[in-house]
Amino acid sequence: MTVSNTKTLFEKIWDAHHVAYTGTGASLIAIDRVFLHERTGAAALKSMAAASRPVRDPARVFAVMDHIVDTRPGRGDGTLMKGGSAFITETRAAAKAAGITLFDVNDRDQGITHVISPELGIVLPGVTLVAPDSHTCTQGALGALAWGIGSSEAEHAMATGVLRLDRPKTMRITYKGRLAPGVTAKDMILALIAAHGAGGGVGHVVEFAGEAVRALDVEARMTLCNMATEFAAMTGIIAPDAKTFEYLAGRRYAPENFGEPYWHTLKTDEGARFDREIEIDAAALAPMVSWGTSPEHAMPVDGTVPQGPARAHEYIGLAAGVKLLGTPIDVAFIGSCTNARLSDLRRAAALLKGRRIAPSIRKAMVVPGSSAVKRAAEAEGLDKVFTEAGFEWRASGCSLCFFAGGEHFPDGSRTMSSTNRNFEGRQGPGIRTHIASPETVVASALAGSIADPRELVR
Amino acid sequence: MTPFTTLTSRAVPLLRDNVDTDAVIPSREMKSTGRTGLADGLFAPWRYLDAGREHGARAPDPEFPLNRPEASGAQILLTGANFGCGSSREHAVWALGEYGIRCVIAQSFAPIFRANCIRNGLLPVALPEAVIAAMAWQDVTVDLPAQNVRCGAAIHRFEIEHEPRQMLLEGLDAIDLTLKSLPAIEDWTSNDRKARPWVYLGV
Repeated sequence: MTVSNTKTLFEKIWDAHHVAYTGTGASLIAIDRVFLHERTGAAALKSMAAASRPVRDPARVFAVMDHIVDTRPGRGDGTLMKGGSAFITETRAAAKAAGITLFDVNDRDQGITHVISPELGIVLPGVTLVAPDSHTCTQGALGALAWGIGSSEAEHAMATGVLRLDRPKTMRITYKGRLAPGVTAKDMILALIAAHGAGGGVGHVVEFAGEAVRALDVEARMTLCNMATEFAAMTGIIAPDAKTFEYLAGRRYAPENFGEPYWHTLKTDEGARFDREIEIDAAALAPMVSWGTSPEHAMPVDGTVPQGPARAHEYIGLAAGVKLLGTPIDVAFIGSCTNARLSDLRRAAALLKGRRIAPSIRKAMVVPGSSAVKRAAEAEGLDKVFTEAGFEWRASGCSLCFFAGGEHFPDGSRTMSSTNRNFEGRQGPGIRTHIASPETVVASALAGSIADPRELVR
Repeated sequence: MTPFTTLTSRAVPLLRDNVDTDAVIPSREMKSTGRTGLADGLFAPWRYLDAGREHGARAPDPEFPLNRPEASGAQILLTGANFGCGSSREHAVWALGEYGIRCVIAQSFAPIFRANCIRNGLLPVALPEAVIAAMAWQDVTVDLPAQNVRCGAAIHRFEIEHEPRQMLLEGLDAIDLTLKSLPAIEDWTSNDRKARPWVYLGV
């Protein structure tokens, strides 16, 4: 009898967390970490308290203020969004009552959930981590099974220590070859979604693999996994390697070292089967920019706008067949859980150094992904590079990634944004969002219009 | 949670792909930490001519399907592929429910939105594009026990996993149900504590 014992990384983590089958054939999957933020955290904790359901293990539940916190200097509990401070004060009170760990507005460790969780070693290879935030998939870059859920599921995980799940299918996306200069992890994920659709990953856990993925540093891997949700995947995951273990070792909530053999079993076995496989030639990728109102509306920066849904062309104000290059922009934003880690800011600053953004830019902002990123960037003088170039330098938060977190611009304003969503109205009513890498945002801010970062890299 | 068995209603078409949760309920329409007060913000950018206004009465766009007189009281929404993509905000489901929608029929659903539907008694039904288009503005019966959708003489079977189906049919509270398995969870946890001590952060 031959029995295949090969497993994918996902299957290893799933099986290791399988507590029991439910009477209806689903699985109870143990949840190792829960992370809340102020936008939905208070709602979940208050609802549990009202039902007299305690948090089973408060030591493994964390919360942070990131979504609607003010990012201007000298901030308190006030928000740009009217009425937003109640989300902050109520989350603070509920977190305290529940006994969970809270990283508050002006805490040293405050920052965007998916930036601080790896920074503090809260996420680890092989763990399950959930948060009521779709971009929790970001943390799959560390080799965890990490995914976004709703508030009710967050309550479920906190009250029971498990979630009731049907087993997802598996997909491997192999990026062959090496990226060209000026092309980044952001371009890798946008190219995937453009080619296979915003619904392309539905029902699957996606493992990112291949030479180009192994070559990425840990922070760039987070950028790649960040947009697995924009592919409709349950999540993305990357097998941990020496870079991952070196990144995490000794962080506050992480082991001192990863010498135990267990850690090195966390990879897909040779010969393991995936339900679906996709291959992408990484060497052929160009910097990508979204042209429309879905992340699947993405294209090489130097291409012409393809034919898409009429609504998308109308909203974004670009007809099929026109060039993106040279389209004037009003706002430049570097921030978010996609692209606001130290390495992102270093690469952006390197292109900006000694230059000034175009005078036609109404607002240019850098919002560091965490307070720790902010301090580290300031220690290197990156803040000066940005401010001398004409960018505002802010405190950490989600900010302009979505309307409630950011500033208000006139209807029809066009933004170049290092974020993950270009939906209608995502950054405010009538705002036309183009998502791209920080390099492409910088090149465009300097030009005052959509520009190719490869011109600067050369 | 209200059980879902069968439902007959006019089906209102919003036949677009990739309708995201920012469109269903924009971030600034989530004005409190509760689960209510969201129906006014449902589809605000499309439903109102002056959606940017955050306070006071807003003028409905008569062209928007839900604003048409024949949509009055409708409980079934028809839409395209990847409905509910984007933010995990459960407010999207709460807003639909508060407005009166009990079933969304789409070509496909984004996974977090779909899971949120199950937890709130809202039935997500996936059917092919042409089938959905043919049901626009028709009276449609959704029959969960029989797992089909009927419109005139047409009967369309839909798929749903066993567990979500039971949860919806019986209006079960997932947490109550899972707490019945607490002994198994505690056994598993005490073994896991020895196997993976680094996971457990408290004393």
